Amino acid sequence: MKPRVVISYLILIILAAVSIYPALWIVMSSFKVGNSLYSESLIPNEVTLEHYRDLFLKTDYPLWFMNTLKIAILSSLFGTILVLLTSYAISRFRFTGRKVALSTLLVLQMFPGFMAMIAIYILLLQFNLLNNHWALILVYSSGAILGNVFIAKGYFDTIPRSLEEAARIDGASHWMVFTRIMVPLARPMLTYVSLMIFTGAFVDFIFAELILRTEEQRTLAVGLWRMVSQRQSTEFTLFAAGAVLIAVPITILFMFLQRYLVQGLTAGASKG
Amino acid sequence: MKRHSRTAMTLSILCMGLGQLYNRQKAKGILYLAIWAGLIYLTATYVVKSLRGLITLGETPTGMVKVGRLYQMVEGDHSIYLMIEGLIGLFVLLLFIGIYIMNVRDAYTNGLRMERGEPTVGIIGGLKSVENQSFPYFVLLLPAISISFLTVMPIVFNILLAFTNYAEPVLPPANLVDWVGFRNFSNLVTLSSWSKTFFGVLGWTVIWAILATITTYFGGMLVAVLIEQPAIRFKKFWRTVLIIPFAIPNLVSLLVMRNLFNGLGPVNLFLRNSLGLEGVPWLTDPAWAKITVILVNMWIGIPVSMILISGILTTIPRDLYEAAEVDGASPAQKFRHITLPMVLFSTAPILIMQFAGNINNFNVIYLLTNGDPVNPQYQYAGHTDLLVTWLYKLTLNHQQYNLSAVIGIIIFVIIASLSIYNFRRTRSFKEEDMII
Repeated sequence: MKPRVVISYLILIILAAVSIYPALWIVMSSFKVGNSLYSESLIPNEVTLEHYRDLFLKTDYPLWFMNTLKIAILSSLFGTILVLLTSYAISRFRFTGRKVALSTLLVLQMFPGFMAMIAIYILLLQFNLLNNHWALILVYSSGAILGNVFIAKGYFDTIPRSLEEAARIDGASHWMVFTRIMVPLARPMLTYVSLMIFTGAFVDFIFAELILRTEEQRTLAVGLWRMVSQRQSTEFTLFAAGAVLIAVPITILFMFLQRYLVQGLTAGASKG
Repeated sequence: MKRHSRTAMTLSILCMGLGQLYNRQKAKGILYLAIWAGLIYLTATYVVKSLRGLITLGETPTGMVKVGRLYQMVEGDHSIYLMIEGLIGLFVLLLFIGIYIMNVRDAYTNGLRMERGEPTVGIIGGLKSVENQSFPYFVLLLPAISISFLTVMPIVFNILLAFTNYAEPVLPPANLVDWVGFRNFSNLVTLSSWSKTFFGVLGWTVIWAILATITTYFGGMLVAVLIEQPAIRFKKFWRTVLIIPFAIPNLVSLLVMRNLFNGLGPVNLFLRNSLGLEGVPWLTDPAWAKITVILVNMWIGIPVSMILISGILTTIPRDLYEAAEVDGASPAQKFRHITLPMVLFSTAPILIMQFAGNINNFNVIYLLTNGDPVNPQYQYAGHTDLLVTWLYKLTLNHQQYNLSAVIGIIIFVIIASLSIYNFRRTRSFKEEDMII
């Protein structure tokens, strides 16, 4: 082998180690005996499942998990419907005001994402409506429109016009074309969008931290952050177990979604 | 006969519904008249009052008032409620104007139809046309409502806050909020306590965005080029392993990193025990904290650039490289003159958007360092705080709502100019029906 190839392999091995190490370390820590950050070696001498048990029995983790699941599923449902409606109308129809609608969406995207969130926080604070899951669900679903509409629109743009024209000639109404032809054809895109909204809502920290005030209403993201920022020295291994439980499903999901993610990135680029 | 449509239009301008009645459309005319009456009533009772509230933001403060012999706490106006009511009033007014224009147009077009001797379109016919021309509006109704109330209204409300004195200690309901014009903007730049923080944080935000974008972009390019070398085997394996940091949710990996770089954490342990070096104050020293956030951001960001650039590398025609080899080009020369320009050309818009995204990169800073270590010379900000995290802290912890709104507007201006520049550039490159 040429030295260039050897060096390339060496660099790749180091990079791979750096990429994996934090994940490996947190998984190992979650099985470690005791509760401290400090450990002699990466692989623990003794393995225990105690932290996972404590997580479910001694903390509000199951409650947070159910809260998060509820918020993420409902946001994903409503958000996907909103994205579907918006992108379909914008992509398939040339109506008066279409350009205005498109530019409005573009301009709204340029505002710092949580400028609206902070305003909603102030409003809810004034009306004493904080600590409510519906605030999160509504804001996540509505925010999903801005984040995903251009990817979804790009998908609809690729579906040939002749399909719906043929259906229209055969006497199908707009509504039938939409529900019987377009929605089934858009299923892969809808899956992608709904999973993106789901994971986004599942791990969102910013808005949840603003809105949720009490221990019982918390989501996993806020709960985990509190564990680290307030009791890291004493309950590190507990945090490790909690982190692993969140990360594993989402990581697997993302590995599957990888291919679409690249398409999403490039679609995002051409929209400007 | 030509005058008929004009007369119908004039009548509808004077009073909604009259034109329709003149067009002999009784049901429609009466419906419009009813809407007109309702809107006049609404305007007289609600819109005027609410707009007045928006302008004054309340006139009677909460305070002790002498009632008979006793002093009693009397609740005054609540400026923020008044502001929201004013916004809703404004919204109703816009809706009113919309319906009004619709009514005038309807009278005119139906007048024209009568001149031509065609039948007029009644309520039922108008609803039927939902099936044809109005279908997209019907589909967009729900998204439009949710965006207006959950995105547009809050943003407008937040922009309005930038022009008030709504901040600790002026908090309703105890105090009345007032309009102060551009005073918050000038305070931020001229008042030394604020301007020092603002320019310090702004400077670091720009440095951070440049460094974060460049390191992840060229890091990703380096990794992609390494993997795509013909001599490297198991390409798919390397790609899958190196994508892991991207697949782990940011929230978890950042919190894990926070522990890894802890003073007693494994990174320092490794430095002390295995390399015999001193530990490094990764998150507690101002300069080191800045280096740490850039390093951690590389760990998170390089995989994204890697997949992106790998995709582009495969589209570069092979014969370009073969021609270069025939001419005796070294690998470095091939990279410099073929790969780099090709990749840069097709990713330039993404690069600019990543830069814009990094200005707003809340998670990396807030979850990793929380903006700390604290800078005693700053107002409510630390050494690694970006404009967005400072804005967040100003709202959540310090109730400086007006200044946080000002900063939000400044960020918007920066991002908007970058995006518009980018948008124009890409559009001049390719003339597609992508967007407009």
